[in-house]
Amino acid sequence: MSSELFYRPIAELASALEAKQLSSIELTRAVIERTKAVEPRVHAFNSFDEGDALKQAEASDARRARGEARGVLDGIPVALKDVIAVEGQPLTASSKMLANFVSPYDATVTTKLKNAGAVCWGRLNLDEFAMGSSTENSAFGPTANPWDTTRVPGGSSGGSAAALAAGEAIATLGSDTGGSIRQPAALCGVVGLKPTYGLVSRFGLIAFASSLDQIGPFTRTVEDAAIVLGAIAGHDERDSTSFKATIPDYRAELVTRKGPWKLGIPKEYFGDGLDPEVGAAVEQAIAFYRAQGCEIKEVSLPHTQYCLDTYYIIATAEASSNLARYDGIRYGHRSSEAKDIVDLYFKSRAEGFGAEVKRRIILGTYVLSSGYYDAYYGRAQKVRTLIRQDFLNAYKEVDALLTPTSPVPAFKLGEKSDPLAMYLCDIYTIGVNLAGLPGISVPCGFTKAGLPIGLQLIGQPFEEANLLAIANTYERGHEWAKKRPNL
Amino acid sequence: MNYEAVIGLEVHVQVKTRSKIFTSVGAGYGFEPNTLTDPVVLALPGVLPVMNKAALDAIIKAGLLLGCDIAPVCKWDRKQYFYPDSPKNYQISQYDQPICLGGAVEIELPGPSRNVMGEHKKIPLTRIHLEEDVGKLNHGATDSLVDYNRAGTPLMEIVSEPALHTAEEAYAYLQSLRATMIYGGISDCDMEKGQLRCDANISIRPVGETKLGTKVELKNLNSISFVRDGIAHEIKRQIAVLERGGTIVQETRDYDGMTGTSQSLRSKEMAHDYRYFPDPDLMPVVVDEEWKNRIRAECPELPFDKQRRFIDTYQLPYTLTSVLVWDRELADYFEEAAKLSGKPQAAGNWIVNDLLREVGNAKSTLADSKVRPAHIAELVKLIDSGTVLTNAAKEIFVEMFASGEMPGVIADKRGLKATPTDAGELEQWCRDAIAGNAKALAEFKAGKDSAINAFKGPVMKAAKGKANPKLVDETLRKILAEI
Repeated sequence: MSSELFYRPIAELASALEAKQLSSIELTRAVIERTKAVEPRVHAFNSFDEGDALKQAEASDARRARGEARGVLDGIPVALKDVIAVEGQPLTASSKMLANFVSPYDATVTTKLKNAGAVCWGRLNLDEFAMGSSTENSAFGPTANPWDTTRVPGGSSGGSAAALAAGEAIATLGSDTGGSIRQPAALCGVVGLKPTYGLVSRFGLIAFASSLDQIGPFTRTVEDAAIVLGAIAGHDERDSTSFKATIPDYRAELVTRKGPWKLGIPKEYFGDGLDPEVGAAVEQAIAFYRAQGCEIKEVSLPHTQYCLDTYYIIATAEASSNLARYDGIRYGHRSSEAKDIVDLYFKSRAEGFGAEVKRRIILGTYVLSSGYYDAYYGRAQKVRTLIRQDFLNAYKEVDALLTPTSPVPAFKLGEKSDPLAMYLCDIYTIGVNLAGLPGISVPCGFTKAGLPIGLQLIGQPFEEANLLAIANTYERGHEWAKKRPNL
Repeated sequence: MNYEAVIGLEVHVQVKTRSKIFTSVGAGYGFEPNTLTDPVVLALPGVLPVMNKAALDAIIKAGLLLGCDIAPVCKWDRKQYFYPDSPKNYQISQYDQPICLGGAVEIELPGPSRNVMGEHKKIPLTRIHLEEDVGKLNHGATDSLVDYNRAGTPLMEIVSEPALHTAEEAYAYLQSLRATMIYGGISDCDMEKGQLRCDANISIRPVGETKLGTKVELKNLNSISFVRDGIAHEIKRQIAVLERGGTIVQETRDYDGMTGTSQSLRSKEMAHDYRYFPDPDLMPVVVDEEWKNRIRAECPELPFDKQRRFIDTYQLPYTLTSVLVWDRELADYFEEAAKLSGKPQAAGNWIVNDLLREVGNAKSTLADSKVRPAHIAELVKLIDSGTVLTNAAKEIFVEMFASGEMPGVIADKRGLKATPTDAGELEQWCRDAIAGNAKALAEFKAGKDSAINAFKGPVMKAAKGKANPKLVDETLRKILAEI
């Protein structure tokens, strides 16, 4: 095959592998070489294990030679956000707390990828413990946006988005708690899918906020997203919150589900703070769907204004509890200065966690405190139910919702020093997590400065097949996915 | 002034399951430190709990045995506090929706003598909930080591109403609760292994007062006797404080059973804020009627119910039942022997007096005993038919216990059966004996039935002790009736 293998979609590479025009070793080498070339400018990875990747690639080629290839992902290098456990590989959450931690077990998604023959490649940078929207909160330094390395890639799965945009992997996995897949996908010009809560097992995903976290793919095309989702979705006995759903052939359904669809435009998602260039690109996408015969309908999600508050109560409450295990006792950073057990907790956690993580632990601890629970956490859960109800009401009239993914394109590294300004980056994405819905971001244009813009489509629970088909319709009518950054 | 104590007990009982409550690794006691662990037990990054249904089965059974209402949904909460024995620094527990509500533990207080049944009471329960046990700290001179083998063992917390008033009642409560758990196969309740642990909340008030006094929590009561002694000690301590004109401070005290003293651990001001909230990793589990009925079918008869039935059905004396019913295996053993022999009391006597003594002397167990209910039944029948005499039976028993041979076989082999006597010869010995004791004859004729025993000695002597006593009695009566 021709050059720039590392920029080709899975579907195309899989055909070449199957036709034996390409080997996994060649492909994996190309990805490794590309990674080495651009990583000093991008810093998408916390670590990668070249030898391990080549060994997996070799095994894939050997399988194929024996006629035992495992399908479309066999031999494809897929890199994982550094919160997803891979046996024998570091698992740091981009935190000093876990700087030296090596996972002794595989996450369920890792096992599924391995079973599908994928080459598990590299540990991708993120905001520490997935808390942030720019990947600047990483203890190991920020990741740069490949389209403009003075800008952020978004977050928290900034490494996952940037690596893909820079050709350092064929697909990546991220996790999305309030927009952490969709927002960086938008800012880096790739496809990012956050599945319905419960569709993909969380076992082996370092928990930020258990009731919101969901693993999903970053890919170059919607078709690739369908392929990767098909590989990682499904009930898992090790995750009580995983749903017993039958998993359709998402890739095949892309073709069979033809629309036209009824698309809702939530009016609350087009207000103040929306960058005019982003707004214009999304309007063009709406016009495209209308031209395709889709019915476009304005809808209202009246509790949208409460999303951010609700999110920062529920997510921080759960985080304060989930992160209690990082205490320096059994693993992870332990202060060498501690005098007694209480001192050990204080110092290990003070030294091990960064500022944003501490801020959220404190906030979460406060909202769960005796006397405050009802006013904060209890109330937030009730509002959460109302927010979900807003979406379900809208779905009585429409098949999916269409919004911008991020109010703004990629901003400068260091530009948003105020935490609240940073939190507003997720204004269009967190409602989806609170309601447990699937959401996808697909590239829908570029700003005049050449920065990618993302279109968010929000689907009905467990209707990923529909959502992907709707996104695919848009993608086929546009050439955005073919554009490459100058690196 | 006279004081009344008000006591509530919080009892933790480890549930006997093969695996831990939220992961598949084995649960057990006495293993090398940190061998019963896996990523979930150690709370490694990314792991999730998955509920072990067997633990829920067990607590539902406990609830049904104790007459609790079983909640329709099992919901999990996180109880948060930092301590090295708690790997996640939160404990998965049940806060506002325990699986069992209400119910009661039936207790028996000591009677006027050990032959007489004491007063029965029902001590109401507040709730029973399920949670995970924590690990164990071993403190050395300069460091502390943590063993997580115990962490994640299913643990029930059984909370009584403040409805106990004496150390004796608390003792009886624990005895009964323990027996119930063992009966249900829910736990072995070995306090030395920490399978049953008890904290007591104790307050006192002047007799007649209805308001509760300030309560003190007593911890580390690690044997049933220590519970009784610790509570008695605490009641005395509180009375002494009040008598001196002092006030009781709400606090947690640590009781040392070896020295019989207690000391303050922490005051109310230092109480934890556990920041309970529903565990987002665990979905609520619906407990439907079918589930409850399945467990109900496995529920055994409880000791006190069994005792009442043994007294009613088998006419057993209280003393026998009070030994037999507390051990389910022993009670079952007895019932089988009673049925096979048709002589419940005789079977009961042999089991309680002889079998348990031999088992004890051999430092063995009932399960390991070669003497099975069929042996007891056959022995009882041999005695009843007069084939074997009591003294011989005792000999047979010892050999039977050692060898496991059937009593009839031993009696034959060792010539321990009463000699079948020639009817004519026996009649002659009887006539001689009656003729030789005119006084007894007169008494018997005057209506004193026991006078007949005076003739039996000479008959037995003539028979060299091997006459069938039943036959001797019958023959004497026949002759006496003729005179």
